[in-house]
Amino acid sequence: MGSTNSTLSKIPNVEELMQETGFTPAHIVRLYDRFEALDKEKTGHLRPQDFGAINRLAMNPIGDRIIGAFFSPGQETVDFHSFVRILAHFRPADKKRPKDPSMPEPVNSRTSKLKYPPLVFSLISVAFQLYDQDKDGKISRAELLQVLRSMLEMQVTEEQLESIADRTIQEADLDKDDAISFEEFRKSLEKVNIDHKMSIRFLR
Amino acid sequence: MRTMGGFSQMKLAVNFLTIGLVILSLPCGSYTEIPPKPPGSVTVLPPVKPAGGPQAFPDAENSNLPVFTMDYARIQVPFEVTLWVLLASFAKIGFHVYHKITFWVPESCLLISIGLIVGAIMHSVHEEPPAVLSYNVFFLFMLPPIVLESGYFMPTRPFFENVGTVLWFAVVGTLWNSIGIGMSLYAVCQIEAFEVQDINLQENMLFAAIISAVDPVAVLSVFEDVSVNEQLYIVVFGECLFNDAVTVVLYNMFIFVADMPVVEPVDVFLGVARFFVVGLGGMGFGVIFGFVASFTTRFTSNVREIEPLFIFMYSYLAYLVAELFSISSIMAIVTCALTMKYYVEENVSQRSCTTIRHVVKMLGTISETLIFFFLGVVTITTEHEWNWGYIMFTLLLALVWRGLGVLVLTQIINPFRTIPFNFKDQFILGYGGLRGAISFALVFTLPDSIGRKKLFVTTTICMIMFTVFIQGISIRPLIEFINVRRTNRNLETINVEIHSRLIEHTIAGVEDLCGQWSHYYWKDKFLKFNNRILRKILIRDNRAESSIVALYKKLELQNAMEILDTVSGDINAGSSIVSLQYVYPLCPSSSCSFSLSLSLSLSLSLSLSLSLSFAFSLACSPSLSFSFLSRITLYFVPLIFPSILTSLPVPAAEKHPHRMMLFWKFPPDMTLGIQANEFNLGFIRPENLVSHGLRVL
Repeated sequence: MGSTNSTLSKIPNVEELMQETGFTPAHIVRLYDRFEALDKEKTGHLRPQDFGAINRLAMNPIGDRIIGAFFSPGQETVDFHSFVRILAHFRPADKKRPKDPSMPEPVNSRTSKLKYPPLVFSLISVAFQLYDQDKDGKISRAELLQVLRSMLEMQVTEEQLESIADRTIQEADLDKDDAISFEEFRKSLEKVNIDHKMSIRFLR
Repeated sequence: MRTMGGFSQMKLAVNFLTIGLVILSLPCGSYTEIPPKPPGSVTVLPPVKPAGGPQAFPDAENSNLPVFTMDYARIQVPFEVTLWVLLASFAKIGFHVYHKITFWVPESCLLISIGLIVGAIMHSVHEEPPAVLSYNVFFLFMLPPIVLESGYFMPTRPFFENVGTVLWFAVVGTLWNSIGIGMSLYAVCQIEAFEVQDINLQENMLFAAIISAVDPVAVLSVFEDVSVNEQLYIVVFGECLFNDAVTVVLYNMFIFVADMPVVEPVDVFLGVARFFVVGLGGMGFGVIFGFVASFTTRFTSNVREIEPLFIFMYSYLAYLVAELFSISSIMAIVTCALTMKYYVEENVSQRSCTTIRHVVKMLGTISETLIFFFLGVVTITTEHEWNWGYIMFTLLLALVWRGLGVLVLTQIINPFRTIPFNFKDQFILGYGGLRGAISFALVFTLPDSIGRKKLFVTTTICMIMFTVFIQGISIRPLIEFINVRRTNRNLETINVEIHSRLIEHTIAGVEDLCGQWSHYYWKDKFLKFNNRILRKILIRDNRAESSIVALYKKLELQNAMEILDTVSGDINAGSSIVSLQYVYPLCPSSSCSFSLSLSLSLSLSLSLSLSLSFAFSLACSPSLSFSFLSRITLYFVPLIFPSILTSLPVPAAEKHPHRMMLFWKFPPDMTLGIQANEFNLGFIRPENLVSHGLRVL
């Protein structure tokens, strides 16, 4: 308990952070330790190279995209606050959690007309961003191909990749613009319980 | 109005048939009772030898050649078995005549009712029903097919994701139930008014162990039609299969102990040790046999006809070996099926795969039908001892303890689950704990040294009837009423698969980032181990295949067959194969080369669009006969096909030259019921066109 408090005091604005994300002090401390372990030069910021040092992440087919998701456009480094904020997206949904501040404050999620509470929205948008690297709001065929290629690597030929990509777009594309918009993406996943798949237990 | 008449007529016919069969089977009786007749077709009269003098009657030995003889004893056993199976199956057909009834009343209840009627008929003529629910016949012949079916069709991914919860409920839940019910029943026995004071603690515990186990047969038949959410389904399903280990241990332990006057702590400790032996041993045997079976199928490419045999033999062997050592045979056969399925389906041909699935399903259904049917029959024909207090309290306590158990256990395990169970789920979990035939078979074979055996039998039957009828019938409306989260089947789109995989990679990546590992890590590790070592040993034609690619191939093939189905209207072969594919999704047979599936769908659509276009032109000019036009199509098609094929790139050939040979091997499997050799020039139907095209392929 003592060490927790002392670590917490080192982090600036930790109260605000906990309020925003809903992490408990224990979580924040654990994440802070991890942050420090990655931040070898103790600058207080992480650069993409620091992430690359994690071996298993480097072997992950979409590792570089995940790393990219941590860096907002234009930013070269990520500080602890942003680190924690992005990880907050992966917490299992909890009714008592504060709503994600980056989303507009909903009137009341029960009366809201949104099909999903805003939190799930942000989980899907994380997934969408992993595809949409150029941030134009659509997953084009080329982007889809890139992701497929990195996931399927050696197993299939270029042609088969293209057929799969074609079929994927054909299935999801409702307005026939040969790309998957965020709305279409969300629709294709509406039957899947995203919450279950995208939550990391220990971050609860 | 006419259909109503048709229905009732059919119903009448079926009823007559059923009654006719019953009457036919009446003289059969139990097959242990009729003394064996002497061999020979004619009952020879003992020769009458009067003391000298002319004989009044001719000697029997000198009679003429018998023209018509009857030897019933010889065929008795198989004949009776067949008749009973037919009878139960007719009952099943009969139910579906009136469609609405099967919606509200699960089939198990209907079967038990028919069994009750038949039992009443048999009882009134003082016949003994065949001993189907006796210990040996039930556990050696009736139960394995059902358990094999459950294990084979268990959805593996959700199962492994929930394996902790499943085992938790199966083991701890059953223990909780047994001990709770046993203790409270003992307390109830102390009440003088019920006149059951002679049942001591051990006997009560034994009885509790028998009736606390949730039964897979009953649960499956009810939960199959009701589509609750996947998590709930897998937990109930898994629990009823895996609680067998606990039941076996408790049953044996208490039988052993019931003879002993005093229980020592050593025995309890030994019981726990035995539980681990039973449970882990069952699983171990299952896995071993599963691997051996997969390994065997690696070499069966030249004996395709008997490939399905290996599956059945190995799983049955696993079951029997487990029975030999008195370890949990149900767990053995379930784990065998789980392990085997993945590798075997890659090794065997498409046809064998379909055969296996179909036969497993058929055997399971037959067994289940017979079990419920005979439950009904035996209810009437056994001797009962009724005791209001004991029976009512048993029912009540079973419900109460199950409810409590589910509540407490869920509270403990919910923090460890990604999707916690809410109260509605818990209610269905508790309410869905049906008891069934396993309890009955166990209680039927209690040693006679237990004084109140008949009371136990009666109580068990009441328990089963209560749960199957009342809980079984009411669970569907309840689920709709309290609005439990339902499942969405038909989730297979390529989008979902790709996005799910992406998400899984993301989660694994983020976990690495945070330096924490959870079950994704183990899953990843196992998959790598699987790809590197296991698949190389167990699969003949090892190409590591992503689930995305496998799903894509499967969807393409399904589309191709859909085209076939929609064009060839009421062609039975086509539609039955397609419907079979929808019920049992296509096996990921590795012999299906990727480019072939592409070209197949292309050529199919082309050929069928050709025939379609001819059919449409025919509609405009009815003077030309369809057959003539199709004949023309037929001659054109072979010309078109090869050119299409040569123009399609086949890149796989360079990488895997052996695939080209598979290219040619494919058609025999691909005919899939379409008669490729039926080539009736008189009237060409579209699927014959396709098959001709396939042969050209």
